[in-house]
Amino acid sequence: MDIGIPLFPEQASDLARDVDMLFFFLIAVSMFFVFLIGALLIYFIVKFRRRSNADRPDATRSHAGLEIAWTVIPLILTMIMFVWGAVLFFKQSRPPSDAMEILVVGKQWMWKIQHPTGHTEINELHVPLGQPVKLNMTSEDVIHSFYVPAFRVKMDVLPGRYTTAWFTPNRTGRFHLFCAEYCGTEHSKMVGSVNVLTPVEYERWLAGEVGDTPADTPVEAGRRLFTQLGCATCHHPDAGALGPDLAGVFGSEVTLADGRTVVADEDYLRQSILDPRATLVDGYEPIMPTFRGLVNEQQLMQLISYIKSLGDAGETGEGM
Amino acid sequence: MESGDTKRKHYLNIENTPQSWLLTLDHKRIGILYLVTILLFFFLGGVAAVLFRLELLTPDAHLVEHETYNRLFTMHGVTMIFFFLIPSIPAVLGNFLLPIMIGARDMAFPRINLASWYVFTAGGLFGLAAIVFGGVDTGWTFYTPYSSTYANSNVILAALGIFIAGFASIMTGLNFIVTIHKMRAPGLTWFRLPLFIWGQYATAIIMILGTPVIAITVLLVGIERLFGVGIFDPAIGGDPLLFQHLFWFYSHPAVYIMILPGMGVISEVIACFSRKRIFGYHVVAFSSLAIAILGFFVWGHHMFVSSQSMYAGMIFSILSFLVAIPSAIKVFNWTATLYKGSISLDTPMLYALGFIGLFTIGGLTGLFLATMAINIHVHDTYFVVAHFHYVMVGGMLMAFLGGIHFWWPKMFGRMYPEAWGRFAAIVIFVGFNLTFFPQFILGYLGMPRRYHVYPEEFQVLNVMSTAGASILGAGYLMVFVYLVWSLFKGRRSVSNPWCAAGLEWRVSSPPPQHNFKKAPVVDRDAYDYTDEDVYKSDYDSGGTSDG
Repeated sequence: MDIGIPLFPEQASDLARDVDMLFFFLIAVSMFFVFLIGALLIYFIVKFRRRSNADRPDATRSHAGLEIAWTVIPLILTMIMFVWGAVLFFKQSRPPSDAMEILVVGKQWMWKIQHPTGHTEINELHVPLGQPVKLNMTSEDVIHSFYVPAFRVKMDVLPGRYTTAWFTPNRTGRFHLFCAEYCGTEHSKMVGSVNVLTPVEYERWLAGEVGDTPADTPVEAGRRLFTQLGCATCHHPDAGALGPDLAGVFGSEVTLADGRTVVADEDYLRQSILDPRATLVDGYEPIMPTFRGLVNEQQLMQLISYIKSLGDAGETGEGM
Repeated sequence: MESGDTKRKHYLNIENTPQSWLLTLDHKRIGILYLVTILLFFFLGGVAAVLFRLELLTPDAHLVEHETYNRLFTMHGVTMIFFFLIPSIPAVLGNFLLPIMIGARDMAFPRINLASWYVFTAGGLFGLAAIVFGGVDTGWTFYTPYSSTYANSNVILAALGIFIAGFASIMTGLNFIVTIHKMRAPGLTWFRLPLFIWGQYATAIIMILGTPVIAITVLLVGIERLFGVGIFDPAIGGDPLLFQHLFWFYSHPAVYIMILPGMGVISEVIACFSRKRIFGYHVVAFSSLAIAILGFFVWGHHMFVSSQSMYAGMIFSILSFLVAIPSAIKVFNWTATLYKGSISLDTPMLYALGFIGLFTIGGLTGLFLATMAINIHVHDTYFVVAHFHYVMVGGMLMAFLGGIHFWWPKMFGRMYPEAWGRFAAIVIFVGFNLTFFPQFILGYLGMPRRYHVYPEEFQVLNVMSTAGASILGAGYLMVFVYLVWSLFKGRRSVSNPWCAAGLEWRVSSPPPQHNFKKAPVVDRDAYDYTDEDVYKSDYDSGGTSDG
């Protein structure tokens, strides 16, 4: 039935279908209770209207059985909703390991996107059909939120930390990308689109777009920055290096000077670059300067991409 | 307001100088002062809503600029929540009725009660100043670091307004708790209290425990904004999520400040117009307390996509489902009350029935938001907007209007025109649904909230919503006009026009200055409609002349 008004959003990912199933279950439960309450109200109002001669022997004041029934039945129904919702939420929160990683930086009022091939886009995201895509996101200023209704995916994008979202598009087309967290004057203009292409078209798009955009991949750009900023002066594998060797550090457990052990994830690496003394590794002198102001959010992401790429060569790594 | 044809002195005509109102310690007059004040804010918030709903008729920006649009929805949210809904039933109906309903002559602390109105008004003036000097553009949620660092609007003035008005809430809550504990009439045990009082009591607990947290939170925003101390902005060493935790620690319980008193009103009205005791009285009373307590542990359901830990999300999700249960229990008990009642559909009852319907939808859609997987999709969309309007407007505002109509003859001694009352109630119900139901669909389609311009395919639903808003607005205006008219021309009311149980109906209308000429003694349960002499006016000497 087409009445010219959209009533239901497109489903363009497998997760969208799963979410909608759960949504329909909740709709069914809700409709049942709305109609039950509505029907009872109307029936009682008609039957027991003041002028009616309905039989009204001493009405009960309370009824333990009924109270228990209408406590326990909703409780069971809500617990089904909880478990179903939580299981699906965990799936939504854990990207598959073979996902293509795309860097997203939000700023007032645009989305800056970089592909693993180095291609950059603004307010547009091209992705291949059927390929799991993981977004590594951060913000340059206030909180934004990356929202693609057709994938049922939303995740806040915060300044000062990394968040991730993922999806596997299962339908080609052009879908809305919205900023869902109010971010100031042109919030409603911080929109764009996600273009799902067939793998062949995606390759063609990659080839056609290279033109004037720098073809450096995030890893290459990160390596160049690593050299330019002089990181390698201290962070090298030789004995006596002033800083810890970074090969294999990503994902490993690091013991800090204050005795804490932390997992070296993206947020840890970010903080180590911007505020090195807060996360000083055990056994090293606090001599590293801060790089705050010297690198922007995109460059930080590139540096981290480079450090992550060192993981493979990590014979000195402490294990994943 | 009151002509000289009756010699009877009551709280309205006993003295009518400006000082007698501005320095009054009478809880009834303070209630009236609050009524006038919050109506001003309701009007302001309403005008803002009319303007942005008109703007949303078209997908593009036609009527106002981005900046103006953002200031309009912020003004709507801030005034409606902090300066209208939160004080609405507690400060107006609660102040007016609570002492009379428990057989007391006034609140425990009449001076604190008056002070609360001044503090509230002072807070309101700061809020007004923020609007007059150009408005605020942060949304009522003031999320950092936008509000603390980036916004260049009157954040400080608005925050000060909220900070100050919060103390009025605390004073009111304190007064309610002490008054209910210490000043009940002889024989009025806890389980003989009207459920309205239980609702106010539960609300007062939240006001006292929650409000200090919002005060601290807006203060911290002010400190970061004025002095650049890094609290919330990561660029200067803060944590933006800390704000959200603090803000929702108050603001989620505040949602229950905006519904529990309404539930109390509904219990009174349903009992009266079905001439029956509320089914499962004890369960309904305790469910209010359960909501007040559980409500403090669910704030994280506003933050499922904020990068909060998934395990924290799980805890908040399950607790949010649990807090829905006592609300469901209330709805079932109200419905069961009608069974074998003697039901008449006077205006207050129409509002109460409307409340049950709309609150049921509001509550059930709350389950969608508590379900984490669905929340990810609908968070910050119109689905949320529709949900909380069903609870706050469909719930609290309907209850407020129902309560105002129910107790209007008590407050002013005049009846409003019943036919107009019923008509307006139906207009408001229809207008409300037409405004907000399409927003559920818009939200699931993915339209984010706080969007000034939007994709074209959302236009039809937005037009429906705006059309509904016009009907809703006309309904409110109708109520305002006939209520004001009734103050001067309305038929005089007897002490107990609805033949209702409850101590407030056993004093004349309007009540005498000190409520009771002789102290009442209570020897029966609430809502004892089986006994014919519950309606007799026996606690003061005079009825109205044409009673």
